[in-house]
Amino acid sequence: MSTTYRTCPASGLQFENQAEKLMRWNAVVGVLWLLVGGITALLVILTRWPAIKLLPADQFYMILTAHGIDMIIMWILHFEMAVLYFASSTLLRCRLATPKLAWVAFVLMVVGGIMCNVAIFQGESSVMFTSYVPMQAAPHFYLGIILVAVGALIGCGIFFGTLVVAKKEQTYTGSIPLVTFGAMTAAIIAVFTIAAGASILLPTFFWSVGLIKEIDAELYRMVWWALGHSSQQVNVAAHVSIWYLIAAVVFGAKPLSEKVSRFAFLLYILFLQLASAHHLLSDPGMSAEWKVLNTSYFMYFAVLASMIHGFTVPGAIEAAQRKKGFTNGLFEWLRKAPWGNPVFSGMFISLVGFGFLGGISGVVLGTEQINMLMHNTFYVPGHFHATVVVGTTLAFMSITYLLVPLLFRREMILPKLCQIQPYLYGISMSVLGLVMMGAGTLGVSRRHWDMAFSGAPFQYEWPGAAYLMMGLTGIFGVLAVLGGALWIVLVVGSLLFGKKLEGGAVSDNPTPIPAAQPVAASASHTGSEEHVAVPGTVVLASLLLVSFILYYFVNWKYLSEVWLLS
Amino acid sequence: MSAILPPSERLWWKQPIDKTEWAWIGIAFIWAMTMFGMMIYWHIYGKQNLSNEAYKTTPEMFAAKAEKFIAENTVRTETDQNIPVVKVPAGGDGYLIARLWNWYPILELEAGKQYKIHLSSMDYQHGFSLQPVNINIQVLPGYEHVVKMTPTKSGTYSIVCNEYCGIGHHTMLGRIYVK
Ligand code: HEM
Ligand SMILES: [Cu+2]
Ligand SMILES: [Cu+2]
Repeated sequence: MSTTYRTCPASGLQFENQAEKLMRWNAVVGVLWLLVGGITALLVILTRWPAIKLLPADQFYMILTAHGIDMIIMWILHFEMAVLYFASSTLLRCRLATPKLAWVAFVLMVVGGIMCNVAIFQGESSVMFTSYVPMQAAPHFYLGIILVAVGALIGCGIFFGTLVVAKKEQTYTGSIPLVTFGAMTAAIIAVFTIAAGASILLPTFFWSVGLIKEIDAELYRMVWWALGHSSQQVNVAAHVSIWYLIAAVVFGAKPLSEKVSRFAFLLYILFLQLASAHHLLSDPGMSAEWKVLNTSYFMYFAVLASMIHGFTVPGAIEAAQRKKGFTNGLFEWLRKAPWGNPVFSGMFISLVGFGFLGGISGVVLGTEQINMLMHNTFYVPGHFHATVVVGTTLAFMSITYLLVPLLFRREMILPKLCQIQPYLYGISMSVLGLVMMGAGTLGVSRRHWDMAFSGAPFQYEWPGAAYLMMGLTGIFGVLAVLGGALWIVLVVGSLLFGKKLEGGAVSDNPTPIPAAQPVAASASHTGSEEHVAVPGTVVLASLLLVSFILYYFVNWKYLSEVWLLS
Repeated sequence: MSAILPPSERLWWKQPIDKTEWAWIGIAFIWAMTMFGMMIYWHIYGKQNLSNEAYKTTPEMFAAKAEKFIAENTVRTETDQNIPVVKVPAGGDGYLIARLWNWYPILELEAGKQYKIHLSSMDYQHGFSLQPVNINIQVLPGYEHVVKMTPTKSGTYSIVCNEYCGIGHHTMLGRIYVK
């Protein structure tokens, strides 16, 4: 199939025609799902806000199911498809392997997404995105998810195919870029994820149409979380790649060490598959050895990997800034960073929020015995809004500020509001995560319509602090929804009304990446380029470690105060 | 050169790693191992470890055992639904049924005594969330989980269901008395 290549005049990036269209369509559909997810988020938050309690119970559970599915599957996966095509075709300046199949994948994902949502909004599939058996949804609920998964799997295949094409057609020399490498780890984990997903969702689908009699509840949970957890690892690999990408584009930052960063990505592949165990810590039937092994040996190596990225990403930025002359004190490099550029500010909030809130809370929550204090409480969604929203979603939002001009050739409208948006969204979402965790620490349940237990045979009065936390959840939730809505308005507004930008020269053939370094090489950096010290990053990392250690042991203290269990 | 281009040094894997980076990797590794050690330490010395004792069962089998336990140990009934209050023999076995949408029966325990509480579900998955203590355990159909617990303080405790189990989920509130 003949195609064309466009060289973007602003960035020098080269977009292959088919890949460009696929990226745009996947991104646009992703944003539409985010819109649906955002509307449902508002309804969820207004119902959980005890003073408002908007929806009746049946609608609440239906809307919450839609929120989970549309956010964590539809929005994230569609955007990740665009990221994969970008990291392969665009960064390697190569045609996309089998673009026709990529369109098939796209259509499957769209059809699957709609099918699943139809099932949810018909009202017979309010089973939450985890669809724990034996609670049963309509068959097209499962089928829809399966179609989306198949589409995503094809997308990963096309990503790998494109890597092969680039290698064969020699559009680059040496090794693939770090960002592409990170995306590759994401894609590899995605294949595992989808295989696990298939092995549980297919039987569940057959069960829903009556072909299989029964599915074991614990077996379901174990295999489902092999999907559910590793898919989060896909998100982490994707957003860490985007952090590196943004650091590279905004600062010309070079990884401190290619070896360390790549090794850290590799750890994700090697060790996170089995960490699905930390979703089963308070379940019956798993041995202590199994729990310890899976939550520690396997999980902590992945934690180690994230701690490494948490150091090398700001480290790379610091090194780049110091080379530019921002060398005063520990933090001039950070103070003088482009805080008014939403690409950077969003990325940095994503990094800090993911590390300090999402990362620490996740490890504590995933500690074998401590899990009992928080399992199924509001702490759990608090934790993952700090990871998959502040971390992944905000990273995706930040890079969109970059991609709208490059990929959609539109200038962003209302630049002042663009500047504010990452702060509004990032900060309110971080606080939301915190107060949700606060409520969870006090015992408040997740997925629960009524803190007052109306209709129950007894009464239980939550402590006043729990109501306070839930009230704050409401306030910051609404602010976060505003921040998200603002982003959608800005992006969609720019696509429709933004100033059209020059597309750049179009050619029938790709221009390979020159073997020598192109544009990015700065004059100041000589051949025998020495390592720049990164003391500011060391301080930030130490701060993370100290908070981590303190919070970790505080929770052991809490645990030691509850009833004795053995 | 940057992360979106092929590494400038073709033999990037031969580049030395800076000592600050090594130090951070080392510290992070030690911390990871400390956390690993903590779980094992707690297994040996900690007083709060979730039991691993669990058996495959069926709703019928579990209900039969629970009914027998209730018939033998009920001390009174409460509420207009006449929910039995069952005194679990000290050091003995107590049964708690999770079903749409209640925890059945009400258990009566004594502080400082150890009990073996058997948990299972008759239908969907449920979540045993003991409040205000805040202990949370998943309850599954088909599995009988035997949890040894020792209440530390007397009082009236509530069992909230914190695994979504359908439209009446929020009404699923149970009770444990500790004397
Ligand atoms: C825009 C602001 C958002 C707000 C205010 C919000 C609020 C909430 C709240 C309060 C819950 C917990 C409800 C409960 O357990 O009762 C929840 C659940 C959830 N949210 Fe969000 N959310 C937002 C955005 C997102 C985004 C961007 C994602 C994913 C990328 C996401 C993914 C989820 C998931 C997966 C659940 C779990 C649903 C379940 O328990 O089945 N949310 N959200
Ligand atoms: Cu329940
Ligand atoms: Cu429930």
